[in-house]
Amino acid sequence: MIKAVMVINTQGKPRLAKFYDFLTVDKQQELIRSVFGVLCSRAENVSNFMEADSIFGPDSRLVYKHYATLYFVFVFDTCENELAVLDLIQVFVETLDKCFRNVCELDIVFNYSKLHTILDEIVFGGQVLETSSAEIMKAVEEISKLEASSNSITLVPKTVSGWRNR
Amino acid sequence: MASPSLMDTLFQRTLDDIIKGLRHQQAGESAFISKVVEEIRREIKSTDLHTKSIALQKLTYLNSIYFIDMSWAAFHAIECISSPNFSHKKVGYLAISMSFNESTSVILLITNQLRKDLKSNNEFEVSLALDCLSRIGTADLCRDLTPEVFTLLSSSKVFVRKKAIGVVLRVFGKYPDAVRVCFKRLVECLDGTDPQIVSAVVGVFCELASKDPRSYLPLAPEFYRILVDSRNNWVLIKVLKIFAKLAPLEPRLAKRVVEPICEHMRRTGAKSLMFECIRTVVTSFTDYESAVKLSVAKIRDFLVDDDPNLKYLGLHALSIIAPNHLWAVLENKEVVIKSLSDDDPNVKLESLRLVVAMVSESNVVEICRVLVNYSLKSDPEFCNEILGSILSKCCQNVYEIIVDFDWYVSLLGEMSRIPHCQKGEEIENQLIDIGMRVKDVRPELVRVGRDLLIDPALLGNSFLHRILSAAAWVCGEYVEFSRKPVELVEALLQPRTSLLPPSIRTVYIQSAFKILIFCLHSYLLQRENIADDMASEMLGLKSQGECSGSSALVAGKAPARQEQDEGFNPRDSNKSYEDLSIINEGDVSALLEKGFTHESIVNLLNLIELALGPLSGSPDVEVQERSKNVLGFVDLIKQEISNGFVSERASKIIDMVHDAFTEELGPVSVNAQEKVPIPDGLMLKESLADLDAICGNVQLPSSISFSMGSPFGESVGASVSIPQSKEESEPSSESTSLLAEHRKRHGLYYLPSEKNETLANDYPPANDPKSSDNTNDDAQDLVKLADKSLLPKRRSNHAKPRPVVVKLDEGDVVPFIAKKSDTRDDLLSDAVRDILLGVEKPDLGNPSSRRSKHRSHGKEKSRKSPEKKNSDEIGDGEKEKQKSRHRHGRHKTKQRAEGPLNVAAQTPVIPDFLL
Repeated sequence: MIKAVMVINTQGKPRLAKFYDFLTVDKQQELIRSVFGVLCSRAENVSNFMEADSIFGPDSRLVYKHYATLYFVFVFDTCENELAVLDLIQVFVETLDKCFRNVCELDIVFNYSKLHTILDEIVFGGQVLETSSAEIMKAVEEISKLEASSNSITLVPKTVSGWRNR
Repeated sequence: MASPSLMDTLFQRTLDDIIKGLRHQQAGESAFISKVVEEIRREIKSTDLHTKSIALQKLTYLNSIYFIDMSWAAFHAIECISSPNFSHKKVGYLAISMSFNESTSVILLITNQLRKDLKSNNEFEVSLALDCLSRIGTADLCRDLTPEVFTLLSSSKVFVRKKAIGVVLRVFGKYPDAVRVCFKRLVECLDGTDPQIVSAVVGVFCELASKDPRSYLPLAPEFYRILVDSRNNWVLIKVLKIFAKLAPLEPRLAKRVVEPICEHMRRTGAKSLMFECIRTVVTSFTDYESAVKLSVAKIRDFLVDDDPNLKYLGLHALSIIAPNHLWAVLENKEVVIKSLSDDDPNVKLESLRLVVAMVSESNVVEICRVLVNYSLKSDPEFCNEILGSILSKCCQNVYEIIVDFDWYVSLLGEMSRIPHCQKGEEIENQLIDIGMRVKDVRPELVRVGRDLLIDPALLGNSFLHRILSAAAWVCGEYVEFSRKPVELVEALLQPRTSLLPPSIRTVYIQSAFKILIFCLHSYLLQRENIADDMASEMLGLKSQGECSGSSALVAGKAPARQEQDEGFNPRDSNKSYEDLSIINEGDVSALLEKGFTHESIVNLLNLIELALGPLSGSPDVEVQERSKNVLGFVDLIKQEISNGFVSERASKIIDMVHDAFTEELGPVSVNAQEKVPIPDGLMLKESLADLDAICGNVQLPSSISFSMGSPFGESVGASVSIPQSKEESEPSSESTSLLAEHRKRHGLYYLPSEKNETLANDYPPANDPKSSDNTNDDAQDLVKLADKSLLPKRRSNHAKPRPVVVKLDEGDVVPFIAKKSDTRDDLLSDAVRDILLGVEKPDLGNPSSRRSKHRSHGKEKSRKSPEKKNSDEIGDGEKEKQKSRHRHGRHKTKQRAEGPLNVAAQTPVIPDFLL
């Protein structure tokens, strides 16, 4: 079971946080802070694992990958394999890369909902349901299309940026 | 409230605007956010769903990234999901899955909308609803939506079906009765050909089996087929995880499965699958020698890999296997020890665990020496990890691996002085525990305690206070082994003790009191002895006893002076001790060597009076009480022993208090308290109210501050407080007899103390100079040491046999508290068992299909007919039960009662597969 997925930048700002068990916002903030506290103290080229028992309770594991300015963090329990989850982070990032063509932090900042859409195709209620980046892309593109078409029904864009973009 | 103005709706900011705005805010981020939240609060009330959904989207973003509360918007989220527009729906569902929980009051309002969306023709709407249910499903929601989930389990769209399978986990967890509806279809999915479906369903079974593996044993044949057939690493990993849980329950299954696992290990190039195979073997297949050998070989590949992840996991796998196959660790000891100085803290920790696992009786001294030296060079955190693991390893099974306790006690002393040491509590517990359990080590313990107590620098370090408290207690309790008790009293009452917290100060005061009693008692004895000696010597001379007494006193004065002059110089303690014994040579008993004179006693009393005087006004009740007691006693004794006479009364009092203090305190079983039967007619709670009224203005003496938080918890606190209560009522002889009676009554719970007092000074020096200079080549040393430990020979310098370590029969084991499993889990496993035994029936009735499956792998042997018959019979029995249950309707209590029956019955369900 995946317990949480986080994307945190190197300044400690969360860019995406998804907890698969309900937690209050205060608790979420506290967890992200403590994870970042340990992450930023770790040297480069050490292992991608972090002892997470003290933060997430016994038997939790945490793997992370560091890409440019972002940490991708997955927290999970004994039902997942550490190396497989590392591969999953790779799949996630590859998919982002395909979606945004050379993904960078700004893409992630501005495409908050799309990020959730992608992640929801990979992890469903804490279970990993899809590991193929092609399948994920397929679903995400369909969903985006559907969103776009449902939005275009609104004939007059009501928002400021909608006006601007015209 | 005013409805949103046209301007608001027209010029609503989008999420992108908010994000841009936030990026431009350098300092006033929170002000900007609260402004935006104000806007959202207005916009979200809009009747226009588009405006509402954008507001909700912004709020969800702020909630997730800036941790803004959004529980107040629950109802608006529900409005959004009811929109026919897909993007509104999506925003609404995201908001719901992020913010709803069991306590959300409006949660039941979404049931109908969820049902509608689950039935939708649009697979993405179904997907949204399923995702939502998997995140927030409550018992009610799961119950109401089980039929829809069941339908979706056979959906023709893989995209929907895999998510329906995923949601089943949540539904089962919240509403176990859903098992009766959905389980069969779930099992059928295992046979599917679509890899996505198999992956999803295996994932679900992996989660289910991790909570209650026994219920899923009947499915072993299905999992076995996947294990052999599948080439999807993700699926194989999950199946391996399932078998790691199932194999320990059924040895025949383990035998069957171990070969395919080894096959994967030889074949696969994927490191994740390889590691999962290794982990499965080292956790659940440790009895299969060849499999273990193979995985150890693979672990070695991991260990020498450049990838730090593999190295870490390799070490981790070694630490799993260490308890059963230590040879695997010893084979890789070079790597393990080298990793102790790795850059990665995880790798360091794992290798520390492994080094500690290698510790045995024969190498404990050397390895601990090296580890302590390592800790001196490490950062504070790792230093404490090292110390912690040394401490916990050494105290394992009541100090099983320790032979030379003198060495260990001095090691504890040394560890206390390590600058980063924060293990005060653990060291405290062990010092006291060893003192109570190991008689022979007490002299060394007192020496170590003394060294800690007399060092004024240590009092400034708050991490050491608890160790000092243990040292003080030890020195007070076992003062008879001290060479210079007066020095101890001085150390206990030195001015810097004001830095101690009151609870520890009280221990200091009590210990000082104990030592005082000991000194007084020795003095009395000494006087008697001299009197006796003189009496016998001068029997014929008819000389006066008094005169000879005083001459002896004069003779004794010189050494006592010398001793006091030496003060706190610990280095000279031996010298002065020898001097003393030379001077007193021959004519006195061992006790007299302590050389108490009337003057030294008076000095001691004065010292105590001086030091404790100010404390009698201490704001801490306990400190005040104790110092007042001691002061009162000192006052009394002072009057009674003036002019070199000791009155009858004083000596009687001293004798009595001394007797109380010499009562040995043994370790007490953690279960001791439970064993005391409650006497008939004892109403423990009845008259507490009266007691409250009576004791309203009486200061209850608390014994808590003297129970030192030892591992025995309450019981020791209680037994320690006995002498204390004695002290308070000292002049009466009643208390001694009470104490004796108490011991007689509860003697069962104390320990018989063997009388094998062999005071020995012929131990090898505790700090072996040999091992202390090899600080530099730690790693190489450790390799050598581990080499040594390979040889079964015992260390040659064990001149002495291991001292007796008092053990309790069963009390040292922490009472096993059966984990009460969640009733919901029980319900779930009951339901699964019922269904599975039912589901298996058609398979058993029609074994040919299954058999052909297995024959294709060439593993299946012909089955014995009696077994099959047996299982068929049980299958029928189940059918009967199932029927009768139907007749009785869903009677839960009945099902629960049948739980164990099913456990017994299910084992024979799989033998056809196993044979």
